[in-house]
Amino acid sequence: MPDASAGLTVLPSAAADFEILSDSYATSGGDAAGLRDDRIASLVVSHHRVLRAHSIPGVRIEGRETPTGARATITVQPGTLAPAPVHLCFGVLPREGLQEIQAEFFIGAGARVSFLAHCAFPNAVHVQHVMDARIHLAPGAEMEYSETHYHGPAGGVEVLAKARIVLEEGASYKSLFKLVEGAVGNLRLDYQADLQRDAVCELDARIYGKSEDRITINESLYLNGENSRGLAKSRVVAADRCVSEVIGEAVGNAPHARGHVDCVEILKGPFARASAIPKLTVIDERAKLTHEAAIGSIDKKQVETLMARGMSEEEAVDVVVKGLLR
Amino acid sequence: MLEVSDVHLILGGKAVLHHLNLRVHEAEIHSILGANGTGKSTLAAVLMGLSGYQPASGRIVFDGEEITRLSVTERARRGITLAWQEPARFEGLTVAEYLRLSQRNAKSPALSPEQCLAKVGLSPEKYWKRAVDATLSGGERRRVELASVLAMQPRLAILDEPDSGIDALSIGNIVDVIRTFARNGTAVLLITHHEEVAAIADRSSSLCGGTILKTGDPVAIARFFRNHCQECQHVNVPIQEEVHYA
Repeated sequence: MPDASAGLTVLPSAAADFEILSDSYATSGGDAAGLRDDRIASLVVSHHRVLRAHSIPGVRIEGRETPTGARATITVQPGTLAPAPVHLCFGVLPREGLQEIQAEFFIGAGARVSFLAHCAFPNAVHVQHVMDARIHLAPGAEMEYSETHYHGPAGGVEVLAKARIVLEEGASYKSLFKLVEGAVGNLRLDYQADLQRDAVCELDARIYGKSEDRITINESLYLNGENSRGLAKSRVVAADRCVSEVIGEAVGNAPHARGHVDCVEILKGPFARASAIPKLTVIDERAKLTHEAAIGSIDKKQVETLMARGMSEEEAVDVVVKGLLR
Repeated sequence: MLEVSDVHLILGGKAVLHHLNLRVHEAEIHSILGANGTGKSTLAAVLMGLSGYQPASGRIVFDGEEITRLSVTERARRGITLAWQEPARFEGLTVAEYLRLSQRNAKSPALSPEQCLAKVGLSPEKYWKRAVDATLSGGERRRVELASVLAMQPRLAILDEPDSGIDALSIGNIVDVIRTFARNGTAVLLITHHEEVAAIADRSSSLCGGTILKTGDPVAIARFFRNHCQECQHVNVPIQEEVHYA
């Protein structure tokens, strides 16, 4: 298998794939120029091929192809303050296929880095994308991870995204998962964070499901360190016959740990279904966990407020939904 | 400009507005004084055409056109709008976007969205990019609501207790905003239970038991309100019982 590590590696035969993926990256809101910019660390994987794995000082990107996808290792040296977000792009261009990504992130002590990840499956009729991420933040490290998906209109994508996050003392991790364009297909998010002393974690997912989409979100916060703080937040709009289930879990296992689970699901139309299951477990009596969940149709007052400014009902609903999923 | 004739509203089997009559003239400030539970916010909802507030009988005429059965949007496009007492909050919508959306249909707005924000006492530098969500306090949110109505430059602004939750030192600023509406040619239907705020109106009406009892000079109406309404025993008592009492 080719090893595309440390440095620019673009296989000539993959140039066309790279162009198409870049276009999809731009379509999903990404800055495609960043994928070619040598000042920006990046990783581009098309189906089973690593098209680019570009490192910069302090941020090492390693990509190795596997029979079904790729194994990526991203290492940020201690104390590194990454000047620009690391760009990640994963995609499957054929109508059918399996892409399994195993990703390991090691963020060194005191390092600060952000990631912009885009996943594009523009032609999918039957595509499975499996992400298995292990993320380790050393003491005082800060990481932000923003992931946007672009799926084609056919709804033939199955996304199984799993992340296991370990935050050592004083580390901070924030993630935002967005899938608001195209058809979701079948989406299962499974995020679990282990927070040590003074660590902070925010997990945020925003999804717009339509047609026959199936959405399952499971966000778990294990507040194992004193003064650790976590937020599991999700915003889902389910239209047509979409079915959504959100499980937000927090475990308070240390003194003065604080956790909050926040879920809003909006149903559009009589056939969509949504459920929210908050699960709070306090093991240390000095921990405090809270949750709020709201499921229902779009708030009438919001819509009528915008209508009272002259918008049609459809325009008003659109503004409310877009704001919620932004 | 606005003529409400014999409007009767029944909610949950009870008459909440009781054969109510009201006139608001062009570009006037008209205050509605009434104690809690007398139907002030309900009247606002009926005039704006909110869902669930369709009168059982009576007519609402605006600029000579009957609007009793028109939707909220249709009324807004004719120049009527409402600032809610407890305004809705919008995740992901910035103050800037909210004010721009509000001004979208204004033909020749006198103030830019930034100026509207400054007018209600909120610094554009500080608030422009804030979200219109739960991170704003109740007072801030009400000010943003007033700014959005200013931005829209309607012909009739129904302001439901814009002074509610505003600290005493800032009431003067709200009064100044209300006067700005009138200066820009917007009539204001000002719903309040603060006499001093109601006193800035050109005319006042006293609302009790879901009907207008008296309309006239604001000072006289405030006196009437003070002497007859504030300690009224039938506040929040279902209207069927009130009718006999009144």
